[in-house]
Amino acid sequence: MIDHPNEEQLVLYYYGESAESAEHLAACENCRESYQALQRVLNTVDSFPVPEREEGYEARVWDELKGQLQPLRPWYRRWPTWRPVAMATAMAAMLLAAFFAGRTTKRPALAETVQLRERVLLVALGAHLERTRMWLVEFSNARPRDGRLDIGWEQGVAESLLEENRLYRQTAASNGDYAVTALLEELERVMVEVAHSPTSMPARQWEELRQRIEERSLLFKVNVFRSQFENREAGRSTTL
Amino acid sequence: MLTVGRGRSLNEGMEDSLAVALAKGGDGDAYRLLVERYSRGVFRLAYRMMGNEQDAEDVVQETFLRAYRHLGRWDGRSSFGTWIYRIAANYSLDLLRVRKRTSVTSAEGDHPCFGPGPDRLLHSREVQRQVAATLETCSEMERTAFVLRHFEGQSIEEIGVALGVSANSTKQSIFRAVHKLRRALEPLVNHP
Repeated sequence: MIDHPNEEQLVLYYYGESAESAEHLAACENCRESYQALQRVLNTVDSFPVPEREEGYEARVWDELKGQLQPLRPWYRRWPTWRPVAMATAMAAMLLAAFFAGRTTKRPALAETVQLRERVLLVALGAHLERTRMWLVEFSNARPRDGRLDIGWEQGVAESLLEENRLYRQTAASNGDYAVTALLEELERVMVEVAHSPTSMPARQWEELRQRIEERSLLFKVNVFRSQFENREAGRSTTL
Repeated sequence: MLTVGRGRSLNEGMEDSLAVALAKGGDGDAYRLLVERYSRGVFRLAYRMMGNEQDAEDVVQETFLRAYRHLGRWDGRSSFGTWIYRIAANYSLDLLRVRKRTSVTSAEGDHPCFGPGPDRLLHSREVQRQVAATLETCSEMERTAFVLRHFEGQSIEEIGVALGVSANSTKQSIFRAVHKLRRALEPLVNHP
């Protein structure tokens, strides 16, 4: 019994996805006619016209685009992705070093170890809050188009911030720093929501989030804590 | 040779990979080269997907914006052209889903017609109208898969990867689109 190719096999043959039917088509006139009918239809589709763009269209696209590209790559966006990881790793390593130093040295060294640990934490947390501040500003100042907002970039940053944020929140909680823990918890909720939203966020959802950021004065709080850390760190630097 | 503002020249024949590498480093002129190289192609794809010029123009802008933001994700395994067409197709797909295909193609108004005589002109017009109308009746996935396969020459496997569906599901989408086109066009094409 001869197996005649069905329409799907002919479609695959037409697009060069399969050569299985070639031999059969060469030998079977009925199938060849059927294939030619399909060919005529698909060739006709090629005549589906696309309006020609004017001369200089490429330059016009670029002119409209270039103004929007500049703000997309400020210096902090070019941070290599390894930087937060490296920072967290360095902090963990220093904390561990401080921990072991505390176990193996005599009591007077313990105070210095604690100071060192706090200092590392202040520097790292300050940098984290600075990145978070820029992310919040960027997100809050975005402008949805056609009822939606592309948050691809904000999501990527949120995911990276989220990991750091959890680490700092846990550290702050274990140190009994409840004010910092509370702030980091609030930030984490916003980060989680952005990270888990569709890349094309509905404008209404964005507006709700933006209002939440505003009502809870998150930007203000981040700024206050960041300045405090900077001042404390500056104070420590002069005394160390 | 494309002359740029900082006393430097970019060769128009520069390979995409080099232009991408320069653009990643913040060189706007290198990205301009890529935009100018692919904007017409992206427009054609977008027009076939969206069916009208205004939406197609929006897709072109958004595609190059998204590509710029995610330049780091292009790993060079596929050509830059294939990558950018995927972004355009995916964005068109998003747009079609959001609008739930409410923006109906004004086929006769939008599509220029070719052909010497009035009979052929009328026939050609009818064929074009049918193609546009049939693509409108396709689901977003059918339309995207078909456009990428038929007009952009991407393989079924590539389309599946781009759209995040299996090769089999891509095939089925293409088959359904072809079947619909066949049903609509065969009376005109095979028995004019």
